[in-house]
Amino acid sequence: MSEFGTRESGALAVGWGRALVFAYGVFAVAATGRSVLQVSTEFDKAPLAYSLSLLAAAVYLVATTSLLLGGVTGWRVAAVAVSVELLGVLSVGALSYAATALFPDKTVWSHFGQGYGFLPLVLPFAGLAWLRHTRP
Amino acid sequence: MQCSGRILAQSRGWSQLRLSDEVLTTLSAVNGWVLGAVLVLSGVAGILLVVHLIRDRVVEDGMFVLLGVIELVLIGQLVAGCVALAQTDRDVSGALFVSYLIGNLCALPIGAFWSLAERNRAGTAVLLLAVLTVAALEVRLDAIWAGAV
Repeated sequence: MSEFGTRESGALAVGWGRALVFAYGVFAVAATGRSVLQVSTEFDKAPLAYSLSLLAAAVYLVATTSLLLGGVTGWRVAAVAVSVELLGVLSVGALSYAATALFPDKTVWSHFGQGYGFLPLVLPFAGLAWLRHTRP
Repeated sequence: MQCSGRILAQSRGWSQLRLSDEVLTTLSAVNGWVLGAVLVLSGVAGILLVVHLIRDRVVEDGMFVLLGVIELVLIGQLVAGCVALAQTDRDVSGALFVSYLIGNLCALPIGAFWSLAERNRAGTAVLLLAVLTVAALEVRLDAIWAGAV
């Protein structure tokens, strides 16, 4: 408990991390809203795409929260979340080009985040760079 | 008084249909203007913020006034958008539309508050991200209204 939010050493939401957390927060809200709506109203239309949307939302939420909390545990959880995010955007991005039939509707990550100005592709690299910089 | 009496008297006839059409046209024109205003204002704010970022200048009160003006326009858009949504018979996803209108209101206050603790380039970057979020939501809002989503 006490290792969370130790401002002196482990804070991740300071300096450029503050801008990073804001960007992750925007994506967490956007992806959560979108996926909850998709899954609750028209899940049968594109089950795989909408499940991946939900996964993306969860990853963004975990990344935002752990960056906000900071500390060693926060850093580790953030590192896992951002890595999953990078894997997700790369694999879903490639798959959405290769197997169009699987994706009748878009997810945050399809076409490498084209619908979101390719920010979903940039964000994990920025996140990993920041985590490298703040290694405990 | 005379005017409202006339409208009441005609309300059973064809003229009511024409009236609501007129209201609708006016409203969509207003929404078009609001959309343009938000995009232009956030474009100006975005450029100013990029200049601040490059020159490493701390954002001052004037910028927050500009962001406040954008926020006021967005509040107006929430009202106009809800009225337009209630009036239209087009196939617009209502919940999605209103959630974007409300979400668009949140970006700037949260961004401004979040940037205050970091009065340097990183804080300016937060404001820039907030303004970009508003512009992006605005474009999506237009697509939702057009029934594309």
